[in-house]
Amino acid sequence: MSRQAVLCAVGLGIAVIYPLLAPNYLINVGMMVFFVAFIGQSWNIAGGFAGQTSFGHVVFFGTGAYTSTILQVTYGWNPWLAWPAAMLAGGIVGWIIAFLSFRAGLRGSYFALITLAFAEVFRILANSVPFTRGGLGMLIKADQRPINFQFKDPIWIYYIALALCMISLLIAWRLTRNRFGARLVAIRENEDAARALGIDVFAEKVKVLTLSGAMCAAGGTFYAQKYLYIDPSIAFGVDKSVEMLLVSMVGGAGTIFGPLIGSVALTVINEVTRWLASVVPALKNVQPLSLVVYGIMLVLIVARLPDGLMGLFRRKPRHA
Amino acid sequence: MLEVRELSKSFGGLKAVDQASLDVRQGEIVGLIGPNGAGKTTLFASIAGFHTPDAGRVVFNGQDITGLPPHRICTAGMVRTFQITQPFAKISVRENIMVGTYLHTADRKVAEHEAEAVAGMVGMAGQLDQMGADLTVAGRKRLELARALATGPRLLLLDEVMAGLNPTEITEIVQVIRDIRDSGITILLIEHVMQAVTSLAERVYVLNQGRMIAEGTPAAIADDPQVVEAYLGHGAAKVLRA
Repeated sequence: MSRQAVLCAVGLGIAVIYPLLAPNYLINVGMMVFFVAFIGQSWNIAGGFAGQTSFGHVVFFGTGAYTSTILQVTYGWNPWLAWPAAMLAGGIVGWIIAFLSFRAGLRGSYFALITLAFAEVFRILANSVPFTRGGLGMLIKADQRPINFQFKDPIWIYYIALALCMISLLIAWRLTRNRFGARLVAIRENEDAARALGIDVFAEKVKVLTLSGAMCAAGGTFYAQKYLYIDPSIAFGVDKSVEMLLVSMVGGAGTIFGPLIGSVALTVINEVTRWLASVVPALKNVQPLSLVVYGIMLVLIVARLPDGLMGLFRRKPRHA
Repeated sequence: MLEVRELSKSFGGLKAVDQASLDVRQGEIVGLIGPNGAGKTTLFASIAGFHTPDAGRVVFNGQDITGLPPHRICTAGMVRTFQITQPFAKISVRENIMVGTYLHTADRKVAEHEAEAVAGMVGMAGQLDQMGADLTVAGRKRLELARALATGPRLLLLDEVMAGLNPTEITEIVQVIRDIRDSGITILLIEHVMQAVTSLAERVYVLNQGRMIAEGTPAAIADDPQVVEAYLGHGAAKVLRA
């Protein structure tokens, strides 16, 4: 077994044992780490691997959250069944956005801006159409039984988040080793060269955004089941988009572990600054302190570590 | 194998290519020369699907490919390289070439194996693990060639693969191009390095101001007064002869 494989196994072992020893509060923190790493990975697959930077990824998150919640609340579906339906909806939205944007030839920052616009349109729609109950938001009836995707013990939701994160890591790992992934990287590095080498750039970009959209939508359903409440600004708020982008960039966009490492780093910063703000009187009025630190960190990363924290461990590419 | 008939392409008011025709036959090395700005690269891009021609036809292996997107043309067996090299900077040479070999196999092991064979053919076997961004100019030119070869083409369009190389490097790459032809791949190349064109190409087309002004063996072309004037200016042929 390679050193990387051993490290991964040890890491997974710790992640599995951790909630058995940690208090509930820290189990929740761990759950958030894996959840954010998961939605971050959905961004990373499109933004990091394929270079299709989106500023509005939350559009898929919200589509997933609303789809499963509406199916559940309005139509009485079981949430476990509504989950794949939500992923399907996220995939369809991804496909549509990709089809429209890439057919129009939007690249780089133009694509980023159009995704932001889509997310805003969805937020406004969710605020105004009747079936989302507008700004009131939607409440999922609390009934804490596993069959309802609701759990008394936070350990289960933690394990689900861990499983999602693992699946997303596996998907990213596959992308580093298969043809689809190689083509995405080629498109990111140089679209014209990719085209000359026989890659159907449009089709591959649509494919990756569909996959990314479906993944992110799965995160939306998970979030709705955890908090049992969504409203337009939670489900389609720009801060979630930023979070997904931020963890990937901080950890290392286009790397397998980037979003996970970024998520750990940002969560640690978040918790430490919260604690600092509570004990240092001078910092009490800097609210929230974590955003200030995020900002500084992003500037430093972009300027000094364009490959993110993963760039610190960068070694020569290995080959089997 | 390749027939281009009266192809035209304008940008705004500028006729970059004006009713240009050319033929490439199986197994040939054909050169395309012309002064700067003659429209050579535009003609290439129009043949390979990067520009849609305004008029004219491109027929490849009996199939009309006019206006098809580049990836379809590549799949049909014709691939171009870029004058300004376009390496995938952040991945290794091996992975760069694998993007090409993946065109006809989804199997990673096969793609990798073939990529290594192609690298050997262009003399990059020792640089497989180098990053695209870390290559020298000569390395980039070779990589450009390798990636195109990796797609398994029947016709290779080479856009100034020798520009910016020193004489030793040119000699090496000329040999690589000969080897490629001997392996059964037909080649159409744009080139500025005349010595290379003369030693490689069996036939040469000359493009000037978007028009095809001459066609023939390299020796015949060098004697053509129209060609001499295109390069050296009006009246030059007469002066030289005197």
